[in-house]
Amino acid sequence: MREKQQLDNKASKWSMVGKDPATIPLEQIDLSHPGIWQANEFLPFMERLRNEDPVHYCAESAVGPYWSVTKYKDIMEVDTSAHIYSSEPTIGIVDTLEEFTLPAFISMDPPKHDEQRRVVQGVVAPSNLKNLESLIRTRVCTILDGLPHHKEFDWVQNVSIELTTQMLATLFDFPFADRAKLTYWSDVATAIPGGGIVATQQERWQAIEDCMQYFTNLWNQRVNTQGGDDLISMLAHGEATRHMPPMEYLGNVILLIVGGNDTTRNSITGGVLALNENPEEYEKLRADHSLIPNMVSEIIRWQTPLAYMRRTAKVDTVLGGKSIKAGDKVVMWYASGNRDEDAIENANSFLIDRANARKHLSFGFGLHRCMGNRLAEMQLRIIWEEITKRFKFVEVVGEPERIYSSFVKGYSKLPVVLHPH
Amino acid sequence: MVKIYFVEHNGTEHPVEVTPGGTLMEAAIDNAVPGIDADCGGCCSCATCHVFVQEQWLDKLAPMGPNEEAMLSLSPDRKENSRLSCQVPIVDALDGMVVATPEFQY
Repeated sequence: MREKQQLDNKASKWSMVGKDPATIPLEQIDLSHPGIWQANEFLPFMERLRNEDPVHYCAESAVGPYWSVTKYKDIMEVDTSAHIYSSEPTIGIVDTLEEFTLPAFISMDPPKHDEQRRVVQGVVAPSNLKNLESLIRTRVCTILDGLPHHKEFDWVQNVSIELTTQMLATLFDFPFADRAKLTYWSDVATAIPGGGIVATQQERWQAIEDCMQYFTNLWNQRVNTQGGDDLISMLAHGEATRHMPPMEYLGNVILLIVGGNDTTRNSITGGVLALNENPEEYEKLRADHSLIPNMVSEIIRWQTPLAYMRRTAKVDTVLGGKSIKAGDKVVMWYASGNRDEDAIENANSFLIDRANARKHLSFGFGLHRCMGNRLAEMQLRIIWEEITKRFKFVEVVGEPERIYSSFVKGYSKLPVVLHPH
Repeated sequence: MVKIYFVEHNGTEHPVEVTPGGTLMEAAIDNAVPGIDADCGGCCSCATCHVFVQEQWLDKLAPMGPNEEAMLSLSPDRKENSRLSCQVPIVDALDGMVVATPEFQY
């Protein structure tokens, strides 16, 4: 309780909610605090930084000093310069204590990153996904056909979470009846104690230990069986991963859970919201379903389900005219670069038929580019193909509830009513 | 002009004529050859312009740099004759080259 109190006090001190983005002194702009993300007030702060101080130093924040990189081209430079900007020790904005750091290839540099990633990459490669398409479609149809018509329900819980969790259970060959655990562990992994998912750091670690126990059992079942094509079997048999320490196994499992869960979940929800906020785009979709693949890329840009990735400078360097010192924390705000008018025409409009829709930062670029990007696109494409077949309108009937995080940009609730054809 | 023969995974051939100076990726995109995404726009950071170059042409191409090697090394679909087409400048010596595009980019 005392810890929660301290966190709340911290929250109120550092929160930017309600501050005027046009007049606040530049040096006080701090994008790292979750408040403005949950309140959906982050856009004008990012726009100010892009215009006035694109590589911005925040000297004081709840997470210490850090650089914010907000322009598309600068983000591209950082993301593709792994020799200057390291992904170690963590890609999160919060420096974690070493004993609480879970090693995973997202927070490793070459060559170890490349070796570990190669082991699991094949499972989400398009050649493998081709075989998964009919299964995904069947599951999407079952979910959509079970939804009520002309009656309010929560889209997040009933569609977005359910679908992404089922998909994750499939990729892990995880016991289907226990699949809700995956959602919980995914939420816990990125949760801030006191932010709604867990009350304390202890509660968070208890859940992560349960996750560890469960996945250790699965490893032990599969390590002595050949031929499994699920992610756990791949890790248990892969040359670069079969001798990994338990914490590293856990780190990679959690990476794959979060990577395949929150992101797609929030893009499924974000698409419904974006189409409701832009009725002329919804009209375009109704008139031409062949726009769906292009719309999927636009939804992923518009949502930017992970707002940033953090790097740490390995050497002294210069970015956008600013001197960055070795050891400095550098945060690439994908959510800002995706709204950069200098890189993307009409970047602040949601246009499902935009040209070059694939040119967005949501998957990152370079060696750490999202491994599951094709799976995510496929899930979104299938769900929209099946939605448009069944419903003329997925109507948003209330305000969305947003997540308390500056990392996972998403929703905990979206009330909707379905109108079938 | 330099003539390049792009061949899709299903065998469909797309002969294109381009002037030297651009890249193999641009030659495909500018002529609407299917099978190349080029998400990053040509800076060797997404590997979605992956192509397979007919063996006899490989030693006529600009050599592979460390970034291209790094990106390709992560691709499960990589073969001996893999290249990222954005890293291959079009020069006169490539006239007549045959390049296969994959079924999927990743």
